[in-house]
Amino acid sequence: MHSGIGAPVTRKEDARHLKGKAAFVGDIKLPGCWEAAFVRSPLAHARLRGITKPDGYEGCIFTAADMPDLRPIRAQSTLPSYKVSDYPALAQDKVRYVGECIAICIAPTRAEAEDLAEAVIVDLEPLPAVPNATTALEKDAPLLHEAWGDNLFLTTRHDGDLTEAREQATIVIERRYQTARQAMNPMEGKGVLAHWDHKADQLIVHTSTQVPHLIRTGISECLGLDQANVRVIAPDVGGGFGYKCVLQPEELSVAWVARKTDRPIRWTEDRREHLTAGANTREHSYRITAYADDDGRLLGLDADIWVDIGAYSVWPFTACLEAAQAGGNLPGPYVVPAYACRTYSVATNKPAFTPYRGVARPGVCFAMELTMDAIARAAGKNPLEVRCLNLVPGAAMPYVNVTGKFYDSGDYPQAAREAAKMIDAASFRERQKAAAAEGRYIGLGFSSFTEQSAHGTKVFAAWGLPLVPGYEQAMVKLVPSGAVEVRSGNHSFGQGLETGIAQVACEWLKVDISRVKVTMGDTGLTPYSTGAYASRGMVMAGGAVSKAAEELARRIRIHGAHLLQCEPEDVEIRDGHVFHNMASVSFADIASAWYLHPDRLPEDVNTAGLEVTEGYKPDIDTGVFTYATHAAIVEVDPGTGRTQILDYVIFEDCGRRVNPLILDGQSYGGAAQGIGTALFEETIYDAAAQPLTSTLADYILPGPAELPSFRLGHSETLSPYSRHGIKGVGEGAAIAPAGAIVNAINDALAPLGVEINQVPATPHRVLSAILDARAKQRAAE
Amino acid sequence: MKPVPFDHLHPETPREAARALSDTAKIIAGGQSLGPMLNLRLARPSTLLGVGGIPALKEISESNGVLSIGAAVTHARIEDGDSPVPLPPMLRNVARGIAYRAVRNKGTVGGSMAHADPAADWVTAMTALDATIVLMDTGGKTRRVPAAGFMLGAYRTTIKPAEVITAVEIRSEMRAALWGYYKVTRKVGEFADAIGAFVVHPPSGYVRLVAGATGGRPVVLTDLAATIAGTAGCPADEEIRAALAERLHGLDPVKLHLLTTALSRAIKKVIPE
Repeated sequence: MHSGIGAPVTRKEDARHLKGKAAFVGDIKLPGCWEAAFVRSPLAHARLRGITKPDGYEGCIFTAADMPDLRPIRAQSTLPSYKVSDYPALAQDKVRYVGECIAICIAPTRAEAEDLAEAVIVDLEPLPAVPNATTALEKDAPLLHEAWGDNLFLTTRHDGDLTEAREQATIVIERRYQTARQAMNPMEGKGVLAHWDHKADQLIVHTSTQVPHLIRTGISECLGLDQANVRVIAPDVGGGFGYKCVLQPEELSVAWVARKTDRPIRWTEDRREHLTAGANTREHSYRITAYADDDGRLLGLDADIWVDIGAYSVWPFTACLEAAQAGGNLPGPYVVPAYACRTYSVATNKPAFTPYRGVARPGVCFAMELTMDAIARAAGKNPLEVRCLNLVPGAAMPYVNVTGKFYDSGDYPQAAREAAKMIDAASFRERQKAAAAEGRYIGLGFSSFTEQSAHGTKVFAAWGLPLVPGYEQAMVKLVPSGAVEVRSGNHSFGQGLETGIAQVACEWLKVDISRVKVTMGDTGLTPYSTGAYASRGMVMAGGAVSKAAEELARRIRIHGAHLLQCEPEDVEIRDGHVFHNMASVSFADIASAWYLHPDRLPEDVNTAGLEVTEGYKPDIDTGVFTYATHAAIVEVDPGTGRTQILDYVIFEDCGRRVNPLILDGQSYGGAAQGIGTALFEETIYDAAAQPLTSTLADYILPGPAELPSFRLGHSETLSPYSRHGIKGVGEGAAIAPAGAIVNAINDALAPLGVEINQVPATPHRVLSAILDARAKQRAAE
Repeated sequence: MKPVPFDHLHPETPREAARALSDTAKIIAGGQSLGPMLNLRLARPSTLLGVGGIPALKEISESNGVLSIGAAVTHARIEDGDSPVPLPPMLRNVARGIAYRAVRNKGTVGGSMAHADPAADWVTAMTALDATIVLMDTGGKTRRVPAAGFMLGAYRTTIKPAEVITAVEIRSEMRAALWGYYKVTRKVGEFADAIGAFVVHPPSGYVRLVAGATGGRPVVLTDLAATIAGTAGCPADEEIRAALAERLHGLDPVKLHLLTTALSRAIKKVIPE
């Protein structure tokens, strides 16, 4: 069976997952392993005056004072105005968010470790807390980092000239938008298991991460170890979404204690820790003014964006990435002739902001898509028409947008039109009228976006990050049995990369995928990779495997041709054999000749053999842009405020689809998370920055009953700049749902005079808006 | 999220369970609410008394026109009608809507009543059905409390320190009752944001309208129920809202609206517009 690029093969990794045979950090058994629990701050902002350990357990409890040699996480950036925060593994003089680690306790079981953690007495002097970005920027606001003088990590600006737009605009839309703070909720939380291997003279760290090679760098820097003495292994990982793409304070504490006690130590994040100390993403505020002409054509855009960064900057992606991306990506797929934008990365008493699937774009897409609908309403036009009028047309590709982004290929209006066709937008107004006659409120909403994927060296260097991705390497090898081995330092954590890169190898080597063994995520076994983030896995690791496999195929042809006594250009590879006309020699024979019977090969054989490591970077550094339009039809129940999704379609283009099944799965999963953002998920804080949503009974995730049967459509516009025309697609589907769904809600509730500009659009929020509108109406009557 | 250390005992009779109760000993009947509270260390008993295995508490029986459901009968058994005698359709329907099947497999009627979460189903449904809660003390003596007076407030009941629930009783005639039950939740399986329950048994003239998930005990709206019975018509939302507002002061307008919706929709299941 064809297992190469484009084949809808089922995933290699699924058998072990479905049988419960996968090995996550929690499944690994090491003799003598103890479990860790953390003492965490109960206050959002306080001076740490003292820590008292229970008598007799001093050797099982460690605080910052015990670890003078452990350096804090420090994410530098070269961006002007950026302020550095020292993010200690364990709090030193102050605590800055609820859930911040104060001490680590170890015991034979987790329950006993939690007993110890309870017995530690922490003396905290409460300080006034900064619960949100607005409070943080008030005059005389309490300071998180006193030396800064304010609560701003960073401000960035785009200073386009809006004079002409202002003069010519006949439509001016002014809006404020708000997105909620969220926790990413991978099924497996964080987890780390560390021990010192005396034979290897290495600290071995099993950790649930997307970026094992980066964690190796981070751990060795903070612990002051040579990288040769650190090996990081990412075993099976139960979802990442960005949560696991940064160095975790817990990884450092656990590694330090394992080294100190010479004992395997494991910590497993529980759901309460996740929902409080891990509530670290998505929270944006927008003030937007859009200028348009009578037709709804955008003339200019003026924006302020506040990102609630929390207390510290994560490493390596820093506190800058989110706001820098937000300012750069707000214009999205649209032609925006003039653009001005200021972003504020604000320090608050919340967990350190971490990029989540879509990075900033779910926020900017929400803001932009609601603005497009507001323009359409003001212009008296169909929102689809207004979108198509403003989307970058196919004929303009490649297109450099107003923030300098290079859109490599595609036809954005076409995706919008296809989505409209799929959801039968043409007949929707009739449906809506019929529903209204029955007293039902249904609405249609669209949301379009582009997703910069696999952006590389220059882009990251421009953000001034402490780590800049470069070439991605991969190793492909023919083993003596004739099977293929692929090694990549990238990682597969549920997104199917293990299967995807195997398919790329199959594309060149023409073997069945069952003959391809993939090893990933172990810094001891794989070539360097900065890891899986920014939807780069398939483009970068796939590209590297492609190059290595192509070279291996060339060598196999040479060896095969020699054994078949013909020229390499006269042979063909298929079905695990090298053919010359009717004659053939199997990969096993070729591998056997190289490894076991070199006497069958010529004297001047290429001694590099049948193991190839190659490096790869796309022809451009600026990323390849996947794009899509989502469309949703919803019904809002004015009795309960509940929104039901009646239909949901996605028309997307991610270039070459390496595995259509995996791609569909990625779209379903991403859209499900986006629906969480749109309707359900929200970490709520009180005025003292106490999180009020610390269990899954309070933090609501959508379940199967809340999700529609997504319908997908595809086009394949190959990127001219990447191997096989692949574009990244892992994040995309999480970006658009909030825009599509809230636009649909607003369309449904337009007769009631309701406009929602905030997510999640919870029943409470929707109902409040309906009741307010009714009260206003009554007052007017 | 691991509990504090505790002993796990399994008394063999309800009386033995009542005797073993103390300030630090708690009954675990299904553990679907207590389990998370233990893990979060919000509940810190030194002893757990598992009553799920006591045969008498797992019985469903009927005599003298009264249906008796043992306190340790699971929601799933009610949902499935796994009973030697037919169960009232309303009970089975309510059971089917409790949380998720995994919770229903373990959670019990008695446990839910004793826990008295205002947003749970049984406290409201049993009130609407005019059920009776049967309690046993350390001497083996039983005491019967009408469901409407059983719950005092959020997580507070009339159970005395050394009493256990042995059963919930419902009049057999309730099988023939007309009923409407409407629950508003954020998502399938979540605790309710509002519940409306309306039960009418025309032959006996029984009619009861109950608002649940109010934040405290279920609210029985006697006058409004009588009006409905008198007119055989569905009251306007404004009327329901006014009746609720009279009983529940200072309610958030959204909550008031949700309760109004739940009641209105429950009533409409019995009395179509």
